[in-house]
Amino acid sequence: MVVRLVNAVVMSRGFALLSGVDLEVERGSLTVLTGANGAGKTSLLRLLGGLDTLTSGAGHVAGVDLAQGDRRQLRRRVGWLGHEGSFYADLSVRENLVFAARALERPVHDVDAALERVGLDHRVDTITKQLSAGQRRRLGLAWLLVRRPELWLLDEPYASLDDAGREFFDHLLGDVVRAGATVVVSAHDPLRSREVVARTLRMSGGRIDAP
Amino acid sequence: MIAVARLVAAKDLRIEARSRVLLWQVLPFGVIALLLSGLALGPAQAGNSSAGPGLFYLVTLFVTLLMINRSQSLENAPGTRASVATLGLDPAGVFLGKALALTVELWVTGIVLLAGSVLVLHTALIGTVQALPSILVTLATLAVAGTLYGALTQGGDGPATLLPVLTLPAFAPLLIAGERSFSAALHGGALWEWWVIVLVALVAYTAVGILLYGVLEES
Repeated sequence: MVVRLVNAVVMSRGFALLSGVDLEVERGSLTVLTGANGAGKTSLLRLLGGLDTLTSGAGHVAGVDLAQGDRRQLRRRVGWLGHEGSFYADLSVRENLVFAARALERPVHDVDAALERVGLDHRVDTITKQLSAGQRRRLGLAWLLVRRPELWLLDEPYASLDDAGREFFDHLLGDVVRAGATVVVSAHDPLRSREVVARTLRMSGGRIDAP
Repeated sequence: MIAVARLVAAKDLRIEARSRVLLWQVLPFGVIALLLSGLALGPAQAGNSSAGPGLFYLVTLFVTLLMINRSQSLENAPGTRASVATLGLDPAGVFLGKALALTVELWVTGIVLLAGSVLVLHTALIGTVQALPSILVTLATLAVAGTLYGALTQGGDGPATLLPVLTLPAFAPLLIAGERSFSAALHGGALWEWWVIVLVALVAYTAVGILLYGVLEES
């Protein structure tokens, strides 16, 4: 199991963002969290990424204990792609990825391979803020490909993507899962992908609904 | 830690070079503020170089606050914070890198403002050059302290408008020591005792930043 949560509760300023989540995610699987705005999808992803702390309950993510483990260690094992974009807007496409590669002591030639994989190899010198929403998503994928995290956490990755963009995204996620990575995605709608079998979990009120 | 510091400093300086916020926004503001200070003194007093060091550091304070906000805002763009957090960078290295980049930016700004002081406020050129080492150390200390306070006000949900209120008590001794040191270089007097104050503050803020920056970022 890459993720195991038992009655996980996350509180923020007296408000329960997650109110008793039980979740198990197997290695090499794709899990889709659906639900309305405020259902707790992003909060759950943030908890899994070590970006928020567990208030009560128990959990292990990528071998790290959420209650007592080293959050920095956990963060190095997960990759996060938010719906807002994830980069330094004034750096070029390549500079952003080189920064990530150097931070993780990965070879810089991984950057060029990742850019080619996501179809941004012709935009390497483009300043990130000049990219379209779809191209930024592709850059986000390249950022994760360079990072090669154990657990991919994607928050609303389909927002403002056209059909071709969605199809490309699904195709790449399929490849990633088949290669052994674990992916958890939040989305408003169930995944339409035919690339890979996804488990869909519906959230409401900070909990995962019973199937 | 050193590798992370170099990486972060290079990134911040590259962003600054590309966005040219320092060149087109901060420097013009500083020069105009210095010019207005000279005008406020009046033509007769503008030639009185005793006002120069104080006005230089007053304008430097305004510019430093702007640049601290700018430095922190690079990390606070939507989505950037979470993505960069998952790189698991050493917080001490991030602190040193951001402080180093801010130091370089403040040095550039300081040299332009010193030139402005000589031209507009008629501070003596030789004395200004002699004061340069103490000014560079004071600016570095302001950058290090500012990076720490910037994380305190912007690292979490703290409002950026708190920055001036929080930093002024911390900056006041540095600004006074810097001004005294600058004046001593211009008019003669004890220079080293003011240097010592600034150097001790530089070491202290660096040590506190290395130890606490991660905690402030998480707060």
